[in-house]
Amino acid sequence: MRLHFRDVTPAEIRSFAVIVAVVGVVAAAFAWTAGWLSPERLTPARLIAALAPPEGPALGHRRNHAKGICFAGDFEGNGNGTSLSRARVFAPGQYPALGRFNLGTPNPDAVDATVRVRGMGLQIKTPDGEEWRMAMIDPPLFPVSTPQAFHGLLLASASKDPGAMKHFVAANPEFSNFLAWAKTAPWTASFAEEPYHSLDSFIFTESSGAEHAVRWSLLPKAQPVSIALADLAQLGPDFLEREITERIRSAPAEWAMTVTVANSGDVTADPSQPWPADRKTIDLGLLTVRHVEPERDGACREVNFDPTVLPPGMRTSDDPFPAARSSAYRASYDLRTAEEQDYPRKDLRGQP
Amino acid sequence: MTGIRRRFDVLQRSLHWLMAALILAMLFIGVGMVSTVEPKYPSLIATHETLGTIILVLVLIRIVVRLRSGAPGLPTDLPAPIKAAAELTHYALYGFMIAMPLLGWAMQSAARYPVVLYWSQVVPTWLPQSAVAYTWLWRTHRYLAFIFFALVLMHLAAALFHGLVRRDGVFESMAPFSLGGDLKSLPRNDCRRRIGA
Repeated sequence: MRLHFRDVTPAEIRSFAVIVAVVGVVAAAFAWTAGWLSPERLTPARLIAALAPPEGPALGHRRNHAKGICFAGDFEGNGNGTSLSRARVFAPGQYPALGRFNLGTPNPDAVDATVRVRGMGLQIKTPDGEEWRMAMIDPPLFPVSTPQAFHGLLLASASKDPGAMKHFVAANPEFSNFLAWAKTAPWTASFAEEPYHSLDSFIFTESSGAEHAVRWSLLPKAQPVSIALADLAQLGPDFLEREITERIRSAPAEWAMTVTVANSGDVTADPSQPWPADRKTIDLGLLTVRHVEPERDGACREVNFDPTVLPPGMRTSDDPFPAARSSAYRASYDLRTAEEQDYPRKDLRGQP
Repeated sequence: MTGIRRRFDVLQRSLHWLMAALILAMLFIGVGMVSTVEPKYPSLIATHETLGTIILVLVLIRIVVRLRSGAPGLPTDLPAPIKAAAELTHYALYGFMIAMPLLGWAMQSAARYPVVLYWSQVVPTWLPQSAVAYTWLWRTHRYLAFIFFALVLMHLAAALFHGLVRRDGVFESMAPFSLGGDLKSLPRNDCRRRIGA
């Protein structure tokens, strides 16, 4: 047995040093890759922490766009999309759609009239198992250019420093376009009267391999009726969910899906910069919402509307947001699915 | 021929080093992808899922090869507890190589995340969607990954200990180069020792 301490030779001590160094380097590289050595790295956990209100996140709920209601319906492709993408969903036909109307707030109990941004999560499936998930919002442009700036916006708006927002706007001038929209765009009293925009650009690929940079929008068939904010507030804290439930009980609500194709040279990496209005748009089909149900026991509760879940024939572009959203949405999904007991399903409540 | 070898055969050594590279890559990609919001995130996920599938196939081949070809014995002067620890570590490493891809595939299934490999092949889901199952699966996948990495470091340290300190041929039985160890101190592969090295 050669392991007695007195037997250890200088050569062996050198060998031990080599072993410690090799193992140490591999372990350090691992720690660096994990971000443990770089606290300034923007991780999904930090992004989600910045979304949480001061009193803490609403357990069991999505960490953003937490207030929402499920819907089901279908998407009917008119065949026009096949000129841009080989995705099965654009072949003429009717495909089941599942989605969620939501409000851009981390608070699932937020008062409707206090939330400026409304959104739609949507999942369309085709018979061959292809799946297209989207998460869209109603402003025509995104507030900021990069995920880092979005994190900065969350920190600035939560900051107690009165100059924080002013600093942020100075450093991120694109944000003033969003502020202008937020101040001047009319409010409506229905999810059915809102447009929902991808804002992020994606790449559509034809069967031939030809590629097109696109953004898409769902444009409401219902005529938007603007309402003063004070009047919306009068309607009650949860009016939007009540309204959409009653509206769809009497008739389905519809949206035209249109896609805008970039010209070469258009910036695809920045969702805060809309493309010029003269860009080619193509009507791809019709989304019809036929059924609405509360989120608590609804089918949309299970779905993570991860914008990087795309069918063959679509992929992400150089826009940095879909990747960042995918990462943060998964972290949110991990948290809320582990917290089901904090947001129990109805069929489990009241049981021993 | 297998009866007189003191080294693992060429196929075993190739599988070992290929899988060593893949597993290290997997551990690094895994710990990196869950801590980033950079544009590389979706391709890291796709790479992780692709390599995981490849590792699952390779480990099954490797086990068959191992059962057929056996392994050189450990040095006769190695203390019994160390031998036992070596055997146990190798069983554990094989266990992780099988369990980690299966857990990863299962957790994606339970969350209805489509698993799409690099060449656009869609891997079928095989579990019903379940928040409870998903939570258990991803936590297990995550914590086992850290234990797996610790085990890989131990394996590396032990291999270098054999190669640099004991110079007993154990390192040379698998390595593509020699650190000067004496392969003759190993008992010949008698094909009876099926697992453990």
